[in-house]
Amino acid sequence: MFAVEIPYWQLTILKTVIVLSIIPAAAVVLGYVFLLKMMAHMQSRMGPMEPGGFHGWFQLIGDGIKFIQKEDIIPGEADRRVFAMAPLVVLISTFLLYVVVPAGPRLVVQNLDVGIFYALAVSSLGVIGVLMAGWASANKFALLGSLRAAGQLIAYELPLVLAVVGVVIQANTMSLQGIVHAQADGAIFGLSWFGNPFILTQLVGFGIFLAAAQAELTQTPFDMPVAESELVAGYMTEYSGFRFLFFFMAEFGTAFALSAIAATLYFGGWYQPFFKTGIMADVMGPVVLGAKIMLIAFLIFWIRFTFPRFREDQLQAFAWKFLIPLSLINIMATAVFKVVL
Amino acid sequence: MSQFLRQYLTVAIFGAAAVLMVGAMLGFGRLLRPTRPQTGKYINYECGVDPVGVGWSQSQIRYYVFALLFVMFDVEAVFIFPWAVRLEALAVFGLAEMGIFIVILALGLVYAWRKGVLRWV
Repeated sequence: MFAVEIPYWQLTILKTVIVLSIIPAAAVVLGYVFLLKMMAHMQSRMGPMEPGGFHGWFQLIGDGIKFIQKEDIIPGEADRRVFAMAPLVVLISTFLLYVVVPAGPRLVVQNLDVGIFYALAVSSLGVIGVLMAGWASANKFALLGSLRAAGQLIAYELPLVLAVVGVVIQANTMSLQGIVHAQADGAIFGLSWFGNPFILTQLVGFGIFLAAAQAELTQTPFDMPVAESELVAGYMTEYSGFRFLFFFMAEFGTAFALSAIAATLYFGGWYQPFFKTGIMADVMGPVVLGAKIMLIAFLIFWIRFTFPRFREDQLQAFAWKFLIPLSLINIMATAVFKVVL
Repeated sequence: MSQFLRQYLTVAIFGAAAVLMVGAMLGFGRLLRPTRPQTGKYINYECGVDPVGVGWSQSQIRYYVFALLFVMFDVEAVFIFPWAVRLEALAVFGLAEMGIFIVILALGLVYAWRKGVLRWV
């Protein structure tokens, strides 16, 4: 496709602009399809139907415009500098996640050798931003919310990391592109046409990953950090206008990125059985990946709209007493099969 | 510049782009949004009444113990990754070694469990 070699700087700027436009678009698509439409249907609420004419498609853009016009209020007692920087830290974490996700054989920002490891490391940077937001607000709700968030994110970071080890064992590589190729070139009992998506062998790992991702995204049933009936809005209580919008964008942008990573790890990412190499793989890649992302995002939001909130102690017990031992067992079982077979 | 460093240069550029985007949006917002300062706006939210005491209240010590446990396990997880990549070459030897490692790890978890650290209240 790129017959002409584009110089590094131009290529990097091009990639940056593309990712810059993907993140708000992803936030709008997920927010619109799932938050406004699916939730309205599942919970028998009335979603917005008026703005823009067709099923209220303009609602979220209108919300964005509303946020732009809001006054930028920083509480008098707050630690101003930290307060102002917190949304930035959260957004950087989201942004850096997109570096390693491949959308085609050549459509990847940077195929790092330690791809998945890097993604996990970067995704946990957001915790720092959340803690900063909660602490700097000088608000009791915000402080409680941010501590809950930190306690929850570190508890579920472990199952997330350990679940991924199973995939790494099977693929022999940490590079996300390598993991996709391992699935595309794999075979199920000698049948190589369909490849071998790791969901078939890593079903337990996928379950752990999904539960942990749900908690990392602070989606219900793991939404204690922002539990609106207890903590107003948790660490976001004192934020208004644009800075609030950044938190919203980061939340949905991360949901999109984690769905993309789950799709890459367990569903084979961009590959489909028909065109595994060549230009068609690049053309089909983003479409196929997008479809798989929507499937996983659907699962995440389906769980979100269905289950009631956990209690704080139940949350910690679920991670430490169930998910972590289970993921250790999963690692050992995968390793035994890998070595024996 | 080596290929390795160049890969991480892209990562740095992406971080900088995020900073730029936030800066640009905030600067753009500054042009559009109103500013009408009133002292009442800058009081912390506390259910609509005046806040009592300072915002930095004391919190559960439990979080600290969980954070310590997390550091321990997370460092162990870092050790598992290189092994997972090279498992095919290490074969049975690597498998046995990691079996012992994970059993020790699990013993740590069982110890914390029995000591009641994982109980929240």
